[in-house]
Amino acid sequence: MSNAIVRVENLHKAYGDTEVLKGVNLEVDEGEVLVVIGPSGTGKSTMLRCINLLTRPDQGRVWVAGDEITAPHADVNQIRERVGMVFQDFNLFSHLTAEGNVMVALTKVKKMSKDEARKLAMFELERVGLSDKAQLYPAQLSGGQKQRVAIARALAMDPSVMLFDEPTSALDPELIGEVLEVMKKLAREGMTMIVVTHEMGFAREVSTRMIFMEHGVIAEQGPTQQLFYNPQHPRTREFLGKITELYGHEQGEA
Amino acid sequence: MDKLPDILGSLPYLLEGALLTLAITVLALISGFVIGLPLALLRVYGRKPAATLAAAYSTVLRGLPSLVVLFILFYGMAAVVKLPAFLAGCVALGFCSSAYQMELLRGAIQSVGPGQMMAARALGMSQLQAIIHIILPQALRLAIPSWSNEAAVVLKDSSLVYAVGLAELLRRSQQVAARTYQSFIVYSLCALIYFAMTFLANRGLDHAERALRLPTPLEETAH
Repeated sequence: MSNAIVRVENLHKAYGDTEVLKGVNLEVDEGEVLVVIGPSGTGKSTMLRCINLLTRPDQGRVWVAGDEITAPHADVNQIRERVGMVFQDFNLFSHLTAEGNVMVALTKVKKMSKDEARKLAMFELERVGLSDKAQLYPAQLSGGQKQRVAIARALAMDPSVMLFDEPTSALDPELIGEVLEVMKKLAREGMTMIVVTHEMGFAREVSTRMIFMEHGVIAEQGPTQQLFYNPQHPRTREFLGKITELYGHEQGEA
Repeated sequence: MDKLPDILGSLPYLLEGALLTLAITVLALISGFVIGLPLALLRVYGRKPAATLAAAYSTVLRGLPSLVVLFILFYGMAAVVKLPAFLAGCVALGFCSSAYQMELLRGAIQSVGPGQMMAARALGMSQLQAIIHIILPQALRLAIPSWSNEAAVVLKDSSLVYAVGLAELLRRSQQVAARTYQSFIVYSLCALIYFAMTFLANRGLDHAERALRLPTPLEETAH
């Protein structure tokens, strides 16, 4: 067995007659920052959700940090603790403060004492630059702040890998930067990350490897530089061209 | 008007009845909630057979008049178990209310976005933990206005138990009216007491709703 943090083998998933994933194989090593791009509806989000089994694949196996989460008697909840997930629409718990959002899984899942959990929550909120917003409820935060709380919430569980499902797609353009900053910092600290995004500036700057997904399979993958500047697959080239046209210009300052 | 002192003298008697009305209402509401909540959860999160069973339960009970349920429990079952009238009343109203409470709780649970459950599971919570710590605190807040409505309905329906001989508010009003021949005044007084109880209950729940309301965006609260 390799020492990959995430290993995905022959993943298949269909919704009714629509085959979303048609045999995806993937290995992500510790410290890698993998950016996943591709047209919508090609199974990028489904693949992420199969990794922590929020979506159960029809076929295929998934290992997280050496444990097979798809095994028949796997302790799924316990393996999930090691996979942090950040959603497009934040999904902060709306009845809890920012601090409460970070604390709740620490006390209920990790069985930490309230004091310990609060201390760790404050540390994580500090890490995303929001310790002064700890007592605010999600409705009182901006989109960018919500997403940073969501990142802090996932980080507090001390995950082996972080999954980001289009983390900036629901944000106003001026709020994207603050979230990307936090993600870049994480990448620099050596966090293993799988990021579905259209933010090419982020991809170019921090990702170590990119994959291009289309029609439920990985059409092309390679080191970021190679995929960016010398894509082999004509569709990759076309897609990158389109996306750079759309998002490319504001990337410098993000 | 010479009967007025007599009627006023009966006021404590009527209020005692109101207390019984209140007791039946509270017990029926609580048992309705205790039965309705698990059924609502089964309906939303349960496997197909359990969800179907829960749905069938609610469809059947909502299709029966409370009085019929009461008569079945009190008279119909008398050959098997002789339930005291008070118990039969609470149980009958509780069953009927459980079906309505199940539906209103189901609506509230479903209006908590699916992302909340997903995020909770992604953090390693079991489904039950997610329901208890994430879904219900939000759903129950959302349920308060319709629950307040249901409380008013059950309070008024509690007058049905007079049909099995319980001396609750309506029954006692009838007795006083028969004795004093002042139906209009006595029943108006009875109506007033019912209204006061419903009004206070709803106001109380409105208050609870406001107290538990989650903060809204900052720009809206800054006035």
